[in-house]
Amino acid sequence: MEYALKWWENTCMEKHLSLPELAVMEDEGDKETIYARMQNALEVMRQAAEEGFDPDRRSMSGLTGGQAYKYRESLLNGKTATRGMLGRAGARALAIAECNAVMGRIVAAPTAGACGILPALLLTLQEDYGFTDRQLCDGLIVAGVVGDVIANRASVSGAQGGCQAECGSAAAMAAAAAVYLRGGSVKQVFDAVGFALMNVMGLVCDPVQGLVEVPCVFRNVSGVAGALVAADLALSCIPCPIPPDEVIDAMKQVGDALPPSLRETGEGGCAACPSMCKR
Amino acid sequence: MNLFDIIGPVMIGPSSSHTAGAARIGRMAKRLLDDEVVRAEIYLHGSFAKTYIGHGTDRAVIGGLLDMAVDHPDLRNALNIARDRGMAFSFVPTELKDAHPNTIRLHLWGKSGSEIVVQAASIGGGEIRVETINGLEAGFRGKQHTLVIFHRDVPGVIAEVSRVLGQKNLNIATMRVFRESVGGRAVMALEMDDVIYPATLDALKSIPGIQRAISLEKV
Repeated sequence: MEYALKWWENTCMEKHLSLPELAVMEDEGDKETIYARMQNALEVMRQAAEEGFDPDRRSMSGLTGGQAYKYRESLLNGKTATRGMLGRAGARALAIAECNAVMGRIVAAPTAGACGILPALLLTLQEDYGFTDRQLCDGLIVAGVVGDVIANRASVSGAQGGCQAECGSAAAMAAAAAVYLRGGSVKQVFDAVGFALMNVMGLVCDPVQGLVEVPCVFRNVSGVAGALVAADLALSCIPCPIPPDEVIDAMKQVGDALPPSLRETGEGGCAACPSMCKR
Repeated sequence: MNLFDIIGPVMIGPSSSHTAGAARIGRMAKRLLDDEVVRAEIYLHGSFAKTYIGHGTDRAVIGGLLDMAVDHPDLRNALNIARDRGMAFSFVPTELKDAHPNTIRLHLWGKSGSEIVVQAASIGGGEIRVETINGLEAGFRGKQHTLVIFHRDVPGVIAEVSRVLGQKNLNIATMRVFRESVGGRAVMALEMDDVIYPATLDALKSIPGIQRAISLEKV
């Protein structure tokens, strides 16, 4: 196995396998254990999406909590700019990210800071298209493959690669899962990865007070929006102009070039805004 | 490939390094003490020192000392639970020399008079590394079954340990040995492919020069 999306695409073609089928063969676990653990992850994700809508919970710092509830209320009352899927996915991403901020139980995907993006998209797709849990598990497996390639070619850690590596990777994983579930080809799945990462190239990791709250919970919302956009582009048969593996490599180079102040130290970007420093 | 390195761990938020990693460090230290913790002095270095309250690092470490897993819902109430059980604890932000940015040093006292000092780092994604035990280098991750043996630095101990394990058909994956001085205190950390049963531990403890042997499961 090579750490390249191209390898996955070629091998799926040669062996006439779907991405989840090949992934199950390449994983160290056996098929039923993998699906059982993915189903468990899905349950935790679903529960986090419920808990996160609690209007009264606040994080220890008081910076976040209760905002997903406001988002959903606003959607229900028709006060948002968009109608439909984007808002529901965004509110869910915020709910799960806030559940994380208030010490709720979540699934790191790929990290705790970016934990809202992938589940929000999967659960919203299920709501709209009626996918079974088993199909969502296939989506999680596809996302896992993408995350594994990114983690090995670049990084999924904000401290190493900036937010592009955390929320960007989560968005790429979610976009891939969405394209897979909506019937895209393996090439289209990976084109979505390319679009998702390309569109957040250079995004810095700048947590206020060093906490996983501001801007993190909102970047989960923009992450799921970015994932939807990337999936739509790929599903429209628009090829990613840059080979997705090269986009991942470029993200690594950009991450390496970021100064430490923009890599999860809480010293630059949003964290350095005067009114955030005064708190 | 392990898909669950990416889709996981299932954990209590908000941070894999500052919450899940901290809980793992606490749990690992408790298991190394091999006793109920009655008193704990917890020294926090680097990023931990600056952001531990906002990340729930304090609750996570104490939850770990109560043997809670990283996804235990009671982690967030761990401080109160520990107080109810009569555990005395304090957190001290500190500066440790040449330490990883996310390092914790725990000085623990157990119910039966045991005592240990463990220093460990949270190295990302909830993964940890035990750096030192009682000031002696340890350098293991706790991802596999790990055998920790406290002994005197005398000839033949390593050979005896290896003989006992070989006899039981137990394979050693990695092995590290550190000593304080020639003939002084030493610690051995062995990562094993299989679980170690109490009978094996007893056999190891009966080797002359060995004071203590602990089997750690993955935390």
